[in-house]
Amino acid sequence: MELRERTLPDGVAVVAPVGRLTMVGAPDLRGKLAELVADGHTRIVVDLSEVVFLDSSGLGALVAGLKSARQAGGDLRIASATEQVLLVLKLTSLDRVLEPHATAESAFAELRPRDRGGR
Amino acid sequence: MTPRSDGEPVDAVPESPARVLLLKLLVLLTLTTGFIYISWRWTASLNFDAWWIAIPLVAAETYSLIDVALFGMTMWRARQRPSPAEPSPSATVDVFITTYNEDVDLVMATARAAKAIRFPHRTYILDDGARAEMARAAEQLGVGYITRSPDWRNKPLHAKAGNINNALMQTDGEFLLILDADQIPRPEILDRTLGYFDDPKVALVQTPQRFTNVVAGDPLGSQAPLFYGPIQQGKDGWNAAFFCGSNAILRRDALMQLGITRYVIELEEALERALRGARRVIARARRHPAASRADVRAALDDVQSAIVDARRSLHGGRPIGRVTFELQRRIGAISSALVEADLTLIRADLDALRELPVVSDEHVDTVSDVGTTVDRLTARELSPLGAIESVQRLIRSLDVDRHEEAQPLMPLATISVTEDMATSMRLHALGWSSVYHHETLADGLAPDDLGTMLKQRLRWAQGTVQVMLRENPLAKRGLSLAQRLMYFSTMWSYFSGFAAIVYFTAPVVFLLFGILPVDTTAAEFFLRFLPFMIINQLMFLVASRGISTWRGQQYSLALFPVWNRAVVSAAGNVFAGRPLDFVVTAKSRQVSSGSWRLVRWQALVAVVLVIASVVGIVRLALGVGEPIGTAVNLFWVVFDLLILAVLVPALRYRGYPEEGETHSHDDTEGAARGAA
Repeated sequence: MELRERTLPDGVAVVAPVGRLTMVGAPDLRGKLAELVADGHTRIVVDLSEVVFLDSSGLGALVAGLKSARQAGGDLRIASATEQVLLVLKLTSLDRVLEPHATAESAFAELRPRDRGGR
Repeated sequence: MTPRSDGEPVDAVPESPARVLLLKLLVLLTLTTGFIYISWRWTASLNFDAWWIAIPLVAAETYSLIDVALFGMTMWRARQRPSPAEPSPSATVDVFITTYNEDVDLVMATARAAKAIRFPHRTYILDDGARAEMARAAEQLGVGYITRSPDWRNKPLHAKAGNINNALMQTDGEFLLILDADQIPRPEILDRTLGYFDDPKVALVQTPQRFTNVVAGDPLGSQAPLFYGPIQQGKDGWNAAFFCGSNAILRRDALMQLGITRYVIELEEALERALRGARRVIARARRHPAASRADVRAALDDVQSAIVDARRSLHGGRPIGRVTFELQRRIGAISSALVEADLTLIRADLDALRELPVVSDEHVDTVSDVGTTVDRLTARELSPLGAIESVQRLIRSLDVDRHEEAQPLMPLATISVTEDMATSMRLHALGWSSVYHHETLADGLAPDDLGTMLKQRLRWAQGTVQVMLRENPLAKRGLSLAQRLMYFSTMWSYFSGFAAIVYFTAPVVFLLFGILPVDTTAAEFFLRFLPFMIINQLMFLVASRGISTWRGQQYSLALFPVWNRAVVSAAGNVFAGRPLDFVVTAKSRQVSSGSWRLVRWQALVAVVLVIASVVGIVRLALGVGEPIGTAVNLFWVVFDLLILAVLVPALRYRGYPEEGETHSHDDTEGAARGAA
């Protein structure tokens, strides 16, 4: 699994795992997300368009990243999930917490509770 | 250390169809005769003049019959599995050795054996003691060494479950072999078990726990040949073999899925609780004098319906973040409208707001935190504005980061000190399967003094009752009826202590006072009791395949104070939030191992039984006592004394030189089958 990174004009950091996001790649993603938060990027989008397969450990890395981002006063959102990824999200009900967004660009477009006042 | 020869699990003993048929027949006959006996007891034999002993006795007998019925059901599908396929060579495995305070030498012996396991794997020592010496030894041996990450600072540690949950986040093997520090794995342990995972639904393979430091006769009842044998095999037949904490292989993906599912469920529960609390806050605010104003009343109505809508859309499956956001926005709008409408309201409210409990915006998302916050808020008389404000704070405080826990995902259940059983029950509820593989693949150490053994049994019993009270299998969605009953069966068996007290009391009452709880003739009684008793014992004999079950039966009744204390302390923990050792430390303080004080209740019972026998015989000699009743009750006294006698060698046992604490379930279950 490879991790591609970019930054949107409004400062949102985008991480795009490429390939299989499983127990093998999960620690890398978790580490990358923690690193971003530590560097001050608290608004993060994980772009899942290039993820061909996601397992529970991959989800675990996303939840861990969500926790670090929220604790730093920001948020982690997911975008461009493929069918398989959406299915896994649904199976575990994680879509109740990590709402899938259409694109990385639109993930932070709408005002969400966390954005107000920036805790 | 020489492995014991008796009762060693042997794999793939061919199951004779005749035996299976006989066993099923005996189960059916036991249930039939048992039902006839117990319905006669309830309807035609109660001595109502002595209801205070008659009712407890028939209740205890009913308890035992249910126990027998559940055992019969367990045996119905007891199966020997054929050897699994060869493991897929690409499987990746992490071996976890959990330790807290065991000797470094002991842990390293296990680590060396773990490293020598044939199938390719990585070995890790999970040291909750974070000892430098252990870290050095691990490095020397070339095995991994894991301690808690900084995330765990000032967070609940959740003992062994937390230790494993921490390691899960730092490793990546597809499968996990869990070993207690004193369970020495055999080299073939993975080759013999990984093949089961070819079935993609299998989440767990449990193997037996056997102990090498046990002398002939097993004075402390350490071996559990009935549990790690027919009982687990029977549960396996119903896809309900459960995780016993060590010597088991788990599928990481199943655990992670469990962790994520639980995370979402717990967030929803916290939100649900907050919304319920918010309704209570608003309901109270309606009683405030200011609520008599029409606009204030309308505002409260609006908040109320916003809360109702939020609950509805939560149940309808809307994302949690959306629901809380919309709710906050609506309440915010209502509140500012009200403030604009009448500034004078604010002044009245300033004082009330100042008295608000401190709910920092930061942190209240645990289920329990929300509970206490709600309690504090609803306990106050809030003005309408104050109430709306506090509802806003309550909703805002819900967060998805589970800040109160070290990590958001807790795959291994933390609701009980026996995390293993709770975890496998949740896995089963998610639709995963389990396997019991009946072959000794690790050699362990058992506690070798009575005091330690009693503490261990107490802990298992407490944990099991905790699970029963927190997540009752009978009401657990996702489990099949058989799985529910299989888990319930294990839990039910820990209530035998109450029945034991009744069984000890009944003969004493008769021998001392001539009061019989059963109002019938001897012929009527034996006609119904004996067939049941004999067939029941036969069923037990066939089910246990020649394994001696007497020791287990003895301990099941003789440890009645332990079981009762476990039930009471677990209930106190679950319902009143008292620590589990609330009772224990108070009573076992300064009791050295081997002290008679450990068994003082049993000693008291024995003395009372002997005195009652003497009185009974004297009454008989004087012509006051009734001969048949006296004979029957003397027989029960002898039986009870034989049961209690198990504690004499246990008390005198000085043990093997090795030390160590282990964790498994024992033969409590499946013992005490003799109803009466």
